[in-house]
Amino acid sequence: MKKYALDLCVVEKEFPRDGYVLLKLNNPQGALPEMLAGQFVELLIAGSSETFLRRPISINYVDKEKGLLWLLIHVVGNGTKYMSELNVGDTINCVLPLGNGFSMPEGEGKKVLLVGGGVGTAPLLYYGKCLKEAGHTPSFLLGGRSAGDLMQLDLFEAIGNVYTTTEDATLGEKGFVTNHSILNKEQFDLIATCGPKPMMKAVAAWARTANCECEVSLENMMACGVGACLCCVEKDGEGHNVCVCKEGPVFNSKKLNW
Amino acid sequence: MANLHVNIGNLSLKNPVMTASGTFGYGIEFADFINLEDLGGFIVKGTTLNPREGNDYPRMAETPAGMLNCVGLQNKGVDYFCENIYPELKDLDTNVIVNVSGSTPEDYAECAARIDALERISAIELNISCPNVKNGGMAFGVTPEGAATVVKAVRQAYNKTLIVKLSPNVTSIADIAKAVEAEGADSVSLINTLMGTAIDIERRCTKLSIGTGGLSGPCVKPVALRMVMQVAKAVNIPIVGLGGIMNATDAIEFLMAGATAIEIGTANFIDPAITVKVVNGINEWMDNHGVKDIHEIIGCVK
Repeated sequence: MKKYALDLCVVEKEFPRDGYVLLKLNNPQGALPEMLAGQFVELLIAGSSETFLRRPISINYVDKEKGLLWLLIHVVGNGTKYMSELNVGDTINCVLPLGNGFSMPEGEGKKVLLVGGGVGTAPLLYYGKCLKEAGHTPSFLLGGRSAGDLMQLDLFEAIGNVYTTTEDATLGEKGFVTNHSILNKEQFDLIATCGPKPMMKAVAAWARTANCECEVSLENMMACGVGACLCCVEKDGEGHNVCVCKEGPVFNSKKLNW
Repeated sequence: MANLHVNIGNLSLKNPVMTASGTFGYGIEFADFINLEDLGGFIVKGTTLNPREGNDYPRMAETPAGMLNCVGLQNKGVDYFCENIYPELKDLDTNVIVNVSGSTPEDYAECAARIDALERISAIELNISCPNVKNGGMAFGVTPEGAATVVKAVRQAYNKTLIVKLSPNVTSIADIAKAVEAEGADSVSLINTLMGTAIDIERRCTKLSIGTGGLSGPCVKPVALRMVMQVAKAVNIPIVGLGGIMNATDAIEFLMAGATAIEIGTANFIDPAITVKVVNGINEWMDNHGVKDIHEIIGCVK
């Protein structure tokens, strides 16, 4: 897919919870380029020598009717703080779309379980939407420490069944996503997961025992985002270093030997 | 439109702007953002005789106005390049230069010989300055004798334009430059990265898997510029200058310091179209200042 470097404009800005910002961006020059669920963008943090490199952020949602790209951002450092301080009307330079997205199953009516933890739920929203549009049945299994950690639940519920876990039992079943009872009740054709690495590894291990294909989305530190600098590597199942930005960020868990 | 044409040895560049090895992949990665043929040339990822996995993750740490990396020359080897990458690049109307690295003089020479057989690769850049591999790499580049040994071996095996990339991690870069010039190098490029490190104070360990990495980006530019000026006084072969070039002004500084051509490295990560913007920016500056030929400014600052 052709990549672009575009100055996108902040059209809407929300704070879904403390420490997170949702930016909705449009392209003042015309339409947004085609983007796949699971791909990411690299944002330029202008004006500070402390935030020299671009920041990779996953695509949360693409509103094709309104021409808006949604980015759900966890504010953890100076780069994401800069993003959270953008105002409606400000522009930010984005290189997009980058990497490979989640796969779209062939045929129709496939049952796909999307498992997210923390801000890792972000790319699953658009993936769920795309799956549903293609005639599949996405369900979501979303986990957090507490009820307040789980964002955009109404939007997930509009797309498919939503199952939740929290460590403090404030919402859904108590515990981790991999303990949720749905995993023993239903069979799925595909599982996709995004979130903390230990969670994804646990999901991949469960998928392996359930004999189900599993796709995981990684977020290694990166510089270029296009496969040139070779900084963001992950070991594949054969021990070779592969670029998360170009070969991923979405990998079949078997490719990584997880 | 000013004349931007320059020569490096037998290499004819339509303009002095090239890219630094390891920051531009095989060029193809940037073809969505720029027309590769608008560049004077580009230098592809460091290539070795045998495939290399490189170092473990993490390989990168951001620093103020720059970054550290310890990729460690990950590449699939020279034969993979010849069979799979070269066919994609050979019809481009620009200079494609291969950066060659190795662990022994024989490795370097054999790798260079295989690239010598590729008709449309008009030059190699010899990497005797990689700070991130244990055997060879920078080890050769830190003494005049070591540098001369590698260049001598490669010069016998390679007939086209030979550029030697120098390490800044030395006592006297001018002495190394003189040593490689004496062995028949057509040009020197400088600087490679400066060795550095960064520490994660929460985990009490370095941020890089091998403990150290090479520093690049605008933070190294003053050092690079000073070294280009020193080397320009020491040798008669053309110099390719690099180190933290982020815009046309930076590039013109290197030209004035004595570089005949320049390479853009880390800036490609910040703006994937930066190379062509620098070409246009140099051209515009020359027009605005009545400079008709780029040679009028090369080395004008003594």
